[in-house]
Amino acid sequence: MNDTSTLKPGHIQGETGIWEMVIGLEIHAQISSKSKLFSGASASFGSEANRNVSLVDAAMPGMLPVINEFCVEQAVKTGLALNAKINNVSVFDRKNYFYADLPQGYQISQFTKPIVGEGEIIVDLDDGEQTTIGIERLHLEQDAGKSLHDQHPTKSYIDLNRTGVALMEIVSKPDIRSPQEAGAYVKKIRSILRYIGACDGNMEEGSLRADCNVSVRKSGEEFGTRCEIKNLNSIRFIIQAIQSEAERQVDILEEGGTIDQETRLFDTSTGETRSMRSKEDAHDYRYFPDPDLLPLEFTESWVQDIKEKLPELPDSLKKRLVKDFGITSYDASILVEEKDYVDFYQQAANGRDGKLTANWMITELFGALKKDNLSFSESPITSENLGELISLISNGTISGKIAKEVFSEMMKSKKSPSEIVKEKGLEQVSDDSEILKLIDQVISDNQDKVNEYLSGKDKLFGFFVGQVMKLSQGKANPGVVNKLLKEKLK
Amino acid sequence: MSELLDFNLVEASKALKNKEISSLELTKAYLKSISDTSSLGAYLEIVEVKAISMAKESDKKLIDGTARPLEGIPIGIKDMFCTKNIKTTASSKILENFIPTYESTVTQNLWNDGAVILGKLSCDEFAMGSSNETAAKGNVINPWLKNKKMSPGGSSGGSAAAVAARSALAATGTDTGGSIRQPAAFCGITGLKPTYGRCSRWGIVAFSSSLDQAGPLTRTVSDAALMLNSMAGYDQKDSTSANLKMPDLMDYLDKGIKGKKIGIPKEYTQDGISEDIVKFYEKSIGWLRDEGAEIIPVSLPHTKYALPAYYIIAPAEASSNLARYDGVRYGARQEASSLDEMYELTRGNGFGDEVKRRIMIGTYVLSSGYYDAYYLKAQKVRRLIKEDFENVYKKVDYILTPSTPTTSFELGKKQDPLTMYLNDIFTVPASLAGLPGISLPVGLDKSGLPIGIQLIANSFDEAGLISTARVLEMSAGFNFIADGAAK
Repeated sequence: MNDTSTLKPGHIQGETGIWEMVIGLEIHAQISSKSKLFSGASASFGSEANRNVSLVDAAMPGMLPVINEFCVEQAVKTGLALNAKINNVSVFDRKNYFYADLPQGYQISQFTKPIVGEGEIIVDLDDGEQTTIGIERLHLEQDAGKSLHDQHPTKSYIDLNRTGVALMEIVSKPDIRSPQEAGAYVKKIRSILRYIGACDGNMEEGSLRADCNVSVRKSGEEFGTRCEIKNLNSIRFIIQAIQSEAERQVDILEEGGTIDQETRLFDTSTGETRSMRSKEDAHDYRYFPDPDLLPLEFTESWVQDIKEKLPELPDSLKKRLVKDFGITSYDASILVEEKDYVDFYQQAANGRDGKLTANWMITELFGALKKDNLSFSESPITSENLGELISLISNGTISGKIAKEVFSEMMKSKKSPSEIVKEKGLEQVSDDSEILKLIDQVISDNQDKVNEYLSGKDKLFGFFVGQVMKLSQGKANPGVVNKLLKEKLK
Repeated sequence: MSELLDFNLVEASKALKNKEISSLELTKAYLKSISDTSSLGAYLEIVEVKAISMAKESDKKLIDGTARPLEGIPIGIKDMFCTKNIKTTASSKILENFIPTYESTVTQNLWNDGAVILGKLSCDEFAMGSSNETAAKGNVINPWLKNKKMSPGGSSGGSAAAVAARSALAATGTDTGGSIRQPAAFCGITGLKPTYGRCSRWGIVAFSSSLDQAGPLTRTVSDAALMLNSMAGYDQKDSTSANLKMPDLMDYLDKGIKGKKIGIPKEYTQDGISEDIVKFYEKSIGWLRDEGAEIIPVSLPHTKYALPAYYIIAPAEASSNLARYDGVRYGARQEASSLDEMYELTRGNGFGDEVKRRIMIGTYVLSSGYYDAYYLKAQKVRRLIKEDFENVYKKVDYILTPSTPTTSFELGKKQDPLTMYLNDIFTVPASLAGLPGISLPVGLDKSGLPIGIQLIANSFDEAGLISTARVLEMSAGFNFIADGAAK
């Protein structure tokens, strides 16, 4: 038996040996568009129920869909950012099924001819390793409405605000081998979507959600039967759900059972998945090309124009940060995770010590925000102010220790660091005569210790430095203190 | 008042503009005629108050010289067109109390051009049928042979019957596989199905989206030209609408057909066509030849597959288009204890047999495992039929065929669905190819029922279709009035 503590992520130790997970993800990303995919109604989140519903969304008789060109552009942009093949001709199909929150009785989607074909992205893992995950396809489709089952004892309420909102479904190849990889993949996709502005990536509001296909196998064997876990709306849940589902499958297989291909739901309270519907109950969606819409066709030059307007993407940005600012690849990968981070960093580090800026941003700022339960956009410290703080440290105005004090004040008061330093008189003292006065004071107060030092107890040097710093209320320049103390105590 | 009913659309329009008559008296004459012919059952809804107020409005414009092309012309609207604040049921129980808050593009175009609405006309339920017998509110009776209760044809049976009975000066129809041309033929009037994409489908209750097309039913070819001038036009709200300007069809009425080539497809003269129709078909060929056209035998080899392909494609689209009638948001709802049961009861009670039959056929042909064998194959056939026409139009300008294999039949003499479907055998191919077609009356059969002849033009050549049809109309000189028409 192998020692489980050395198991790789995505491996499960069973009685019969080690099992490997095979995972594929379908990410549904809501396009950041003011209006819906086929109607002029607003696509904004959080409105009063049934306020953002056009005649088309409500599927009134005789209503027809008209494609929103902005959404098509976002899909092409995303395809390009995923290094994927753009299909210059694609077709909208109807996916037919009955449900109360699906007014048309069909969802307009793309089945056989999606707008984007195969691509791939590089995913950064926690251990600093990278892996490549293949993209199978990306297609455009409409979102459904919402059924509210908890508003009335016997009735369900329907909110059609979300009906017809534009989604991109990004389907990965079954290249993912661990829950952590799945999490990193979603993070990367989210980051790319935010960079290009195609989707806000807000998982709490449901603008990014994932269906996970999970199966297990022994290394080198064929893929096993998969189960699909529907509608996961946080990276933490994705990781938990995959782990728990894979373990469930291993338990069944090890007991000699077989996996039924089915759709499952993740119960966040138990941390386990449960069956939603079996393959037998699966809908026959009767896909066919939507006769209300012409095939989507665009020219190579239109695609080229979009390509030229693409912003710099995380992978290339990361390389540039390492080169231009001399930071580590690990720090760079954290900074490029979000476009907001990297924009902030570049402003703060511009013309300053890049490494120092990265440290302060990643360790101090991210730490403080987390402690205060603030999102990055709510940061009381602006990029200008962090940059200023870095300058104050670099030019010796304040010491690193004082800088921490200033930093916490900045978090509280939102004031600029120079303002705080001035108000509190925290400028570093580097003037020799000022420091010598302090040294003389310390020597006269600790004559016994001075004698011990002079008789060979070298370790006491640190004590004198500490006393001088204390007396200066931390403002003395430690370098100068060291130099002068050494001369004085010779 | 009877002389008011004698005016056809073009004549009435001229009389209105010359202030010989007013729209109010014309409209009142038609409202009276609706009531005189109410036993025909053509109208589902009569909007007298609105008609009178629109007529008065038109009269003002006629007096102050701002009259529009259809100013003051009272017309009827097939119940497939959504009309704002006027009940629109598609002749179905499932929409029996549905009142749209919006106006279809085609009807809005007509009102913008000054037309006056008389009411909503019956049709087969969701335009599915060829006899008007599937309408939820019951049969419409053809005004011809009034003692025998003949079918007006379908699905635009109410529209055709109203124009023939002179209870509307003109009417709108929709044609999916022949629903304008076949009833026009049965009722001795003119029916024009434009090129797919010529008229916007926005606001028309959808039956089969890739085939549905609105068009006019009128007394004459010129009336049809004037109506279509107003109905047609590009509409951004319909992605399949053609962004092409249609020429003023009135300019094409008297262009003649000298030197034009008329194709006679051999596949349209098979067994089962009534002798009288064959006789008039041959006469029509002769008339066109006499007017200077060259007659050329042609072949459309895939014609025999048109009907089976149509009865796969149209039901497939219908099964999806009609999914929205689920009792959740509007229309009839049958309360039940679960969602599935509510669907079953609502749709079970709301749809008639023919609609259910087509939903089932459509669902079947789209099902996984059957899709390739039926739907996909039907689409291939459709492409071949289109190619047949494209090849023929390299050699000829227009194609002449009978409109129907038989004249009207008696209502209630139940035909089985397959025999009923054969009614559309001559109209369906042009529908599948998206081509414009017109049916016009050329004579009466032995029992006194009208015979229709169909002309089919190339895509977007409505102008040429009008020129040719006009020549045929003049030669045929059909000037019979149905015995059941208002006097």
